[in-house]
Amino acid sequence: MENRPQIAIVDYQAGNLRSVQKALEKCGAAAIATSDPEAIRQADGVVFPGQGACDSSMRHIRELGLEGPIKESILSGKPFLGVCLGLQLLLEESDEGDEACLGILKGRVRRLPAGQKIPHMGWNQVDFKLDHPVLKGIPAGSYFYFVHSYYADPEDESVIAGTTDYGMNFCSAVAWDNVTAVQFHPEKSGDVGLIIYENFVKLVEQTKAAGVWR
Amino acid sequence: MLTKRIIPCLDVDRGRVVKGVSFVDIRDAGDPKELAAFYDKEGADELVFLDITASADARDIMIEVVKQVSEQVFIPLTVGGGLRSVADIRRMLEAGADKTSLNTAAIENPQLIADAADFFGSQCIVVAIDAKGCTDEDSLGHPKPGVDPDLALDETSRWQVYTHGGRTPMGIDAVKWAKRSADLGAGELLVTSMDTDGQLTGYDLELLRTISEGVTIPVIASGGAGNPQHLLEALDEGKADAVLAASIFHYGTHPIGEVKEYLAKNGMPIRGKPKA
Repeated sequence: MENRPQIAIVDYQAGNLRSVQKALEKCGAAAIATSDPEAIRQADGVVFPGQGACDSSMRHIRELGLEGPIKESILSGKPFLGVCLGLQLLLEESDEGDEACLGILKGRVRRLPAGQKIPHMGWNQVDFKLDHPVLKGIPAGSYFYFVHSYYADPEDESVIAGTTDYGMNFCSAVAWDNVTAVQFHPEKSGDVGLIIYENFVKLVEQTKAAGVWR
Repeated sequence: MLTKRIIPCLDVDRGRVVKGVSFVDIRDAGDPKELAAFYDKEGADELVFLDITASADARDIMIEVVKQVSEQVFIPLTVGGGLRSVADIRRMLEAGADKTSLNTAAIENPQLIADAADFFGSQCIVVAIDAKGCTDEDSLGHPKPGVDPDLALDETSRWQVYTHGGRTPMGIDAVKWAKRSADLGAGELLVTSMDTDGQLTGYDLELLRTISEGVTIPVIASGGAGNPQHLLEALDEGKADAVLAASIFHYGTHPIGEVKEYLAKNGMPIRGKPKA
């Protein structure tokens, strides 16, 4: 019997999942990339990563029958971590396309303002505003690695866990209950990024032990 | 604030880092894993691995190198050299690379940029451009057979695209090619001056600025860094978003920490050394 926490990385053909998997494994989890709805339902924790375009990603999610399992995971109370596009798709709609997004959060995904290089690519700071178990222990002023052209603009400001400055102050992290989602790539942000995966794996272990979900 | 990226470049031949790297605290200076971990600790913002393996049958070694490095180092890793197709790119990304750099193959088949960007997203497609200042003869404009007339050198051209390490002139205007690459879906450009490369006398600032102002995607400066001031110039006058260097880091003449401190002191937004 596998004792490590089982984490499903949602695979919907949106970019490279290897580095997310390696980061989770380094933090002591058993991580599998999967597009099997049942594997996502059974997992102790879910990571929802993604790079690429909103429309094709939402179409893949629907074709693969993953919209239900993703929403159920969020509602079940098990730890859920969205990364990059995995944050944006939690909103209702996007400037980038016409497909409806998951609509977990009210609000829209908007294009970063013109007047600077797009994509926003490289290391930038996050001003963390919320205490959340997945975001704790990060030294103030830490830098994270970003690559994106759009940002999430949730209506409910109480979920905004962090903001970043790039021509404007945009929402770079959200968190509530069992859900954390970040615009940057913790798996590409060196040691400070791994803190987030360590926190996440720890939370998965705790909620599994406590039988919080299901 | 978005910081300027400092990127060491490692040449890899048959799985070994070449171009003598001389550090005291590296046990095996030819081991890509050790060097990648070293540069990560030093504060490198990304790493570029250039596969210079000449023989095609030894190419798979690079896949293994990328697998091993990406298991230990959690900063962005770009791999270039010898990637000819979407399938080649896929194998590199699946091995753990975050970005792939295309050069000759993209010039011979520009559609590769568009296809790769469609498949994998622009963020993992870097187009590397090797450019050299035009001679009087070049700028007379003798379009080479097969060159897209919209990209061909003309009397206004200042830099020409070269392949094969600066040996083969392509008859293509480097600035036009940069814009075309961006339009096709490149997420970033790696611009190397073949005039200044290896000279340690500074980057070609005119080339960098012209390209950087001509596109909206980030530009990585390459070729010619001999001291920290050269990197500052590339970021400042050259308007580059990132600087790539090899010798000054490998030989330890100007370690990354020192370079970053210098750049920060001179007003550049720089990510500080990661805390241990």
